[in-house]
Amino acid sequence: MTDTMVGRSMTRPEMREPTQWERLKSNRDWLGFWFMMPTAVLLGLFLAYPLFLGVWLSFTDTKIGRAGKFIGLENYDWLSDDKVFWLSVTNTLLYTVVASAAKFAIGLYLALLLNKHMPFKAIVRAIVLIPFIVPTVLSAIAFWWIYDSQFSILSWMLKKMGWISVNINFLGDPWNARWSTIFANVWRGIPFVAITLLAGLQTVSPALYEAATLDGATGWQRFRFITYPILTPIIAVVMTFSVLFTFTDFQLIWAMTRGGPVNATHLMATLSYQRAILGGNMGEGAAIATAMIPFLLAAVMVSWFGLQRRKWQQGVGND
Amino acid sequence: MSKFTRRSVLKGSAAAGAGIMGGTDLLHFAKAWAQASQWKPEAGAKLKVLRWKRFVVAEDEAFMAMVQAFSKATGVEVEITNESFDDIQPKASVAANTGQGPDLVWGLHSLPHLFPDKVADVTDVADYLGKKYGGWVPSAEATCKANGKWIGIPVAYNGGYMNYRTKAMNDAGFKEFPKDTAGFLELCKAMKAKNTPAGFALGHATGDANAWVHWMLWSHGAYLIDKDDKVSINSPETAKSLEYAKALYETFIPGTASWNDSSNNKAFLSGELYLTSNGISIYAAAQADAAKGDAKMKAIADDMDHAAYPIGPTGKSAQLQLCFPILLFQYSKVPNAAKAFMAYMMEAEQYGPWLTAAVGYLTQTLSVYEKLPFWTADPKRTVFRDAGKYSLTAAGIGHMNEKAASAIADFIVVDMYASYCTGGTDIKGAIAQAERAAQRIYR
Repeated sequence: MTDTMVGRSMTRPEMREPTQWERLKSNRDWLGFWFMMPTAVLLGLFLAYPLFLGVWLSFTDTKIGRAGKFIGLENYDWLSDDKVFWLSVTNTLLYTVVASAAKFAIGLYLALLLNKHMPFKAIVRAIVLIPFIVPTVLSAIAFWWIYDSQFSILSWMLKKMGWISVNINFLGDPWNARWSTIFANVWRGIPFVAITLLAGLQTVSPALYEAATLDGATGWQRFRFITYPILTPIIAVVMTFSVLFTFTDFQLIWAMTRGGPVNATHLMATLSYQRAILGGNMGEGAAIATAMIPFLLAAVMVSWFGLQRRKWQQGVGND
Repeated sequence: MSKFTRRSVLKGSAAAGAGIMGGTDLLHFAKAWAQASQWKPEAGAKLKVLRWKRFVVAEDEAFMAMVQAFSKATGVEVEITNESFDDIQPKASVAANTGQGPDLVWGLHSLPHLFPDKVADVTDVADYLGKKYGGWVPSAEATCKANGKWIGIPVAYNGGYMNYRTKAMNDAGFKEFPKDTAGFLELCKAMKAKNTPAGFALGHATGDANAWVHWMLWSHGAYLIDKDDKVSINSPETAKSLEYAKALYETFIPGTASWNDSSNNKAFLSGELYLTSNGISIYAAAQADAAKGDAKMKAIADDMDHAAYPIGPTGKSAQLQLCFPILLFQYSKVPNAAKAFMAYMMEAEQYGPWLTAAVGYLTQTLSVYEKLPFWTADPKRTVFRDAGKYSLTAAGIGHMNEKAASAIADFIVVDMYASYCTGGTDIKGAIAQAERAAQRIYR
């Protein structure tokens, strides 16, 4: 009995099955996993980890320089009847909806215009990109001067023309300040939308337009039934990014108003920074930042379903 | 101005005999000082210092001369990084959280209280300096002490006071600047009528807005928190101060709700604003340009003057001045070199010429430096001499700690005044919102 046991164990190494580790090393399915690992680690380390850390922080009373204790939903509880927080949510939604809509409308119009044959096409296209090239903080400071309560160039011009007698209170009145910051954001965001849509427009085959023209389609019909459907997937992507950028905007507001007057232009991002970094309440700041996630997720969803529409292009049917 | 910069310092102190102190004198002193100092820098120590970016060139030059003398005498390499006011706190916060970065941070207000567990105890340095130079002014001590320990060294104050144009005040029917808030309101009304208006920042301006709204609040006997750190903003005194502020706001130049810290400087120097509260920087800028031959600036420098905050119904002086504390992080590997640096910079031989070079932009925290001759050489500067003496901390009558620091950073009091003055809410609503925000922090 013992002999056979020994004999068996002696012969085993030659006939043994590959170990788990060897299998992992050579299996083709696992090979894919290994190739994926570096990216997964990078994404985990730099995207997922900070995100979950942020969410975790929002459930603690962490202060700067001091680890916090788990306090459950207390931060959210305080936020739920914090008027400034809700004001920042409203501001952010208004800012995002109005600015994104304006950027889309004007951007699409510009793209259609730039797609036409005209003299100096390349130069004009380059000029359109300028607002996008200027660093955000610089353009914000430029706008801050344009909107200055005493030295505004706009007020000065209107005064010289005799249209107004006192300076316009651009950033000192809540609604003026909101529209002023939205305008600055639109100015900055248009090139991104315009140039990307222009790239999309150039993929539309001229043959389609020719055929439509022969069929007697009007300009509007050509846009509605050729340009627009072909552009839809690109519009979905562009607008998702545009909405995400606008929703998370920080620099423009911070450089121009710091969320003032009386928090009228505080966005969730700026309020989060003010409470967490300047005020030292990391937990509460994280809660405000976490509260942005549902909105951002909704924007991504819109893009997801927008992208699905691509199917019909591949002949699978519409949606 | 420059004739004061190299002059020695303390009337009646040992240093007065030194006369003009050149670079070599500074080095001699530094060497002798390093020999005698109780803090012996670690071998091969390298010191990283983060400070706020200077506003007065001469102050920066005097500071750097001092740093060089310290390096030569002690062999400690000192690396100075400058950051603007608003960037100091985020950078220090990151350093505190990650445990690496500058050894010393010279920041604003109550910075050490934001992370008291991360900064080193510097009681020995504070005691040494306090004993030698006539003691610390009370608010400086309150700003830098936590639980009986010094968690920072209050280097200086940046005083803020009334800046006004004398002619405009006279034209409005006032021979001298009003001493009480009732007279002050009359002055602002009269100046508005003459189209030479006053204006005070009501935007999120860390320095200017906080300074004057806390004067509003405290001069009426109202406080965000009481002496036991209970939220006490909901009081009849607060309501009265809001009413007063609203009446005052009616006389302001338009747009103050959007002002940041630089707005009133620009408006004053351009001749559109005739009365505001600010540091000495407007006067210093006007003088600097006047020295370059700018006639318009010379006219402003000659015409303008400074005055203390008028006394309110409480009958007591009430002011919030900006303190500049320097702190040492616990993670520093060269604590002795850092402590030596802190002590060295506040010795009479450095501090005197340096403060003199700052021409009133900085005010001493150690009582003996009141006697520096530059304070009285130009009477327009004299009011800034007492910035430290009468200031309360950012906590008012409460305890200076991280909560008080949060309340300031969150602009609770500024927003309360701004929302009522600009007509966003009624008195009750403005107070309720501030109370709620304060309770959130003091929970």
